Amino acid sequence: MNYIPKMNRRFFVATSAALGGGLALGIDLPLGPRVVRAADGSPEIGVWVVVRPDDTVVIRIARSEMGQGTLTGLAQLVAEELECDWSKVVTEYPTPGQNVARKRAWGDFGTGGSRGIRESQDYVRKGGATARMMLVQAAANEWKAPASECSAANSVVTHGPSGRKLSYGKLAEAAAKIEPPKDVMLKDPKSWKIAGKGLKRLDTADKVNGKMVYGIDVKLPGMLNAAIKDCPVFGGKVKSFDAAKVTGMDGVKKVVQVGDSAVAVVADTWWHAKSALDALPIVFDMGDNAKVTSASIAAWLKEGLDADQAFVGNQNGDAKNALAKAAKKVTADYGYPYQNHACMEPMNATALYTPEKCEVWCGTQNGEGAFAAAMEASGLPADKVEVYKIMLGGGFGRRGRSDYVTQAVSIAKQMPGTPVKLLWSREEDMQHCTYHPVTQCRLSAGLDDKGNLDALHVRISGQSILTAIFPARLVNGMDPATFQGLAKTGEAAIGYTVPNLLVDHAMRNPHVPPGFWRGVNVNQNAIYLECFMDELAKEAGVDAVEFRRKLMANHPKHLGVLNAVAERIGWGKPAPAGVFRGIAQHMGYGSYVAAAAEVSVDGNKVKIHRIVGATDPGYAVNPAQIERQMSGSFVYGLSALFYGECTVKDGQIEQTNFDTYDSMRIAQMPKVESIIMPSGGFWGGVGEPTICVAPPAVLNAIFAATGKRLRSIPLKNHGLTIA
Amino acid sequence: MAKLTINGQTHDIKINPDTPLLWAIRENVGLTGTKYGCGIAQCGACTVHLDGQPVRSCSLPVSAAEGKQITTIEGLAQNGVLSKVQQAWVDNDVPQCGYCQSGMIMAVSALLKDKPKPTDADINRAITNICRCGTFQQVREAIHAAAASA
Repeated sequence: MNYIPKMNRRFFVATSAALGGGLALGIDLPLGPRVVRAADGSPEIGVWVVVRPDDTVVIRIARSEMGQGTLTGLAQLVAEELECDWSKVVTEYPTPGQNVARKRAWGDFGTGGSRGIRESQDYVRKGGATARMMLVQAAANEWKAPASECSAANSVVTHGPSGRKLSYGKLAEAAAKIEPPKDVMLKDPKSWKIAGKGLKRLDTADKVNGKMVYGIDVKLPGMLNAAIKDCPVFGGKVKSFDAAKVTGMDGVKKVVQVGDSAVAVVADTWWHAKSALDALPIVFDMGDNAKVTSASIAAWLKEGLDADQAFVGNQNGDAKNALAKAAKKVTADYGYPYQNHACMEPMNATALYTPEKCEVWCGTQNGEGAFAAAMEASGLPADKVEVYKIMLGGGFGRRGRSDYVTQAVSIAKQMPGTPVKLLWSREEDMQHCTYHPVTQCRLSAGLDDKGNLDALHVRISGQSILTAIFPARLVNGMDPATFQGLAKTGEAAIGYTVPNLLVDHAMRNPHVPPGFWRGVNVNQNAIYLECFMDELAKEAGVDAVEFRRKLMANHPKHLGVLNAVAERIGWGKPAPAGVFRGIAQHMGYGSYVAAAAEVSVDGNKVKIHRIVGATDPGYAVNPAQIERQMSGSFVYGLSALFYGECTVKDGQIEQTNFDTYDSMRIAQMPKVESIIMPSGGFWGGVGEPTICVAPPAVLNAIFAATGKRLRSIPLKNHGLTIA
Repeated sequence: MAKLTINGQTHDIKINPDTPLLWAIRENVGLTGTKYGCGIAQCGACTVHLDGQPVRSCSLPVSAAEGKQITTIEGLAQNGVLSKVQQAWVDNDVPQCGYCQSGMIMAVSALLKDKPKPTDADINRAITNICRCGTFQQVREAIHAAAASA
């Protein structure tokens, strides 16, 4: 190789100390065109692509990989437009600090709301196309031929008339010096060769041999380990702790207060830190929240079900008036509990602080949020802070919060020059989540004398996530996200036309912190609406699918997925003896989703014999990974349906580990029959949407089997287990 | 002090013998492929083999592992060649986040030693690891693929 690596030494030292690889800012100055180089000296061709002399193509991924496959999908989109050899593609994360230094060249790093691909697909594809055009132009310049005579395929540019060829690796240096084109055309997805295909993930190899480095695995020279205990009651404070009782224990280096509510023990190993923490006398001032219980929260929310004041999220006609005049009125109250994400990898972050620099290594869904948290906790300006993103051992929304980063930096700041890895115990993780919010819902419907749905009032009472996390996104105090799947239009629109409709929200915010939990508010809203639709069909004496279809004439894409699962499950045909069916549809994150289930109930055991899911995400970037997200989301959603509940006693979460917060095992999970039916013309999300339809489909099937309507979850509270 | 034999290598480590084997493997020996998930033998992310038998290393003291052959995920491949279970995991694109998969692969490797052609019922009995990403469908397919490749 004849290139000379140029790199920013400090950055190189930091990244190679941690994990090797990464980016660097080495800029050829002062003479000649501006070329930005990666850590190994290879040139950038636009911000998304680096081509090495050996033809390796490095694709930059701004969003975080946490299992959902976004890293592979985004790489496919760039590679498609780049016309590169897929077998030579590798990926790397730009760092949040680099993004700040380069004026957000890579845009948003946020990875939540199933937005990873759908909200960056346009500019990353343009990044790939831009690089391809620069490589083609470089070849044309070399051959002194017009670029229009040159074409790119499989990482090689070919001059049509002469048949001359040059590989991307040979063209990279020249291409990097070419002014990026202004007008970039993207391919018609119908002509995709790499995108749209069910390619294998790019990150599997190290996940089967133990080599993949997660945040919990970070090792730095001289690193110490910290275990932490935050006040078990949210909002409480540390009153006192007796460090002297543990300072003589094995390996203990320091006991520090973290913020006003937590204490951490720092030791040579985490096991020593945790053992000392367990022995450390800590007195907390639990505060007034210590009086709160699940029962007191439920009573407060119940009051909201018929409160006068409520934020209106969707309405047409006059639902209240129509309800008063209805030939038949049906009312039902539902509820949905707090739930923990329970990522397999507990929260953790490693921080190294000196007055000149603060560096953090962590898995995060929100690189820029982690960066901001590190800035704030360290008190250092942006140019003295860096965050290195690491593979996440699960995210599900939890790692969009940066509380664990704040804590890690706060600890490291009390030990300047010493890297400290903070790891939460499972117990700490279980009790300090930002939980799936708690809500109740009263649904009131008016049927006319022919059994048609004439009026529907959906009153939600309960917690607002945005109030707690993004108050700036409230609209005159209203949390629009509360109405996911029930909205008039947009990426989570209701799939029914009801002559008189009112959807409103009596906001009640208990002290337990809420957060985004895979699927977020479609989880409860799909149960509320789709189980109630089932109730109404029963009241009207109409088949559950037929009842819905009558309301869906204006919602062809909702209807499309509903029809698809109905057909696959055999709706309308007899089910096997003792087996009963349920169905549900919904929309979330820009995708239309539906599920149908076949279950039998034997005593207290529910057996799911079959479950079918369908999604119309507009474009399917990697159908194999979408199928995995569907089956995986069903496991997550059905675990929540049967087991998922965090209860509050004395102001704190009662569940502490998987023995009290259970999760489905392989024996309980049927094969998910996936229908992926992209209809084109829009970009819907994948990681979350399908999660919400599995529970109502199963609940409706349980009703069909038992005649008993279960309106609260988890089902363990009704004595049911999953066989 | 404790003497641990891990993946054929002997390690003399200074450690309290009550320490869970998981933390000895991760922190004292430095093999981090074995994961911490719950600490109470519920989730299986910490599964390793002790004389060929799958154990949950988070709940097993170091003293109980002395004198035995400990195998971790790092010890499955031989001379750079993946085991048939690991290869099936690659071929079937099983992992999502991947965090639980070390334990899953160790549990499955032990199952296949015991029952080279497991039925679905055998799988249901033997594999009790938690995977929050929900890879069970691919795990089951890969187990059958690994059994068929033997």
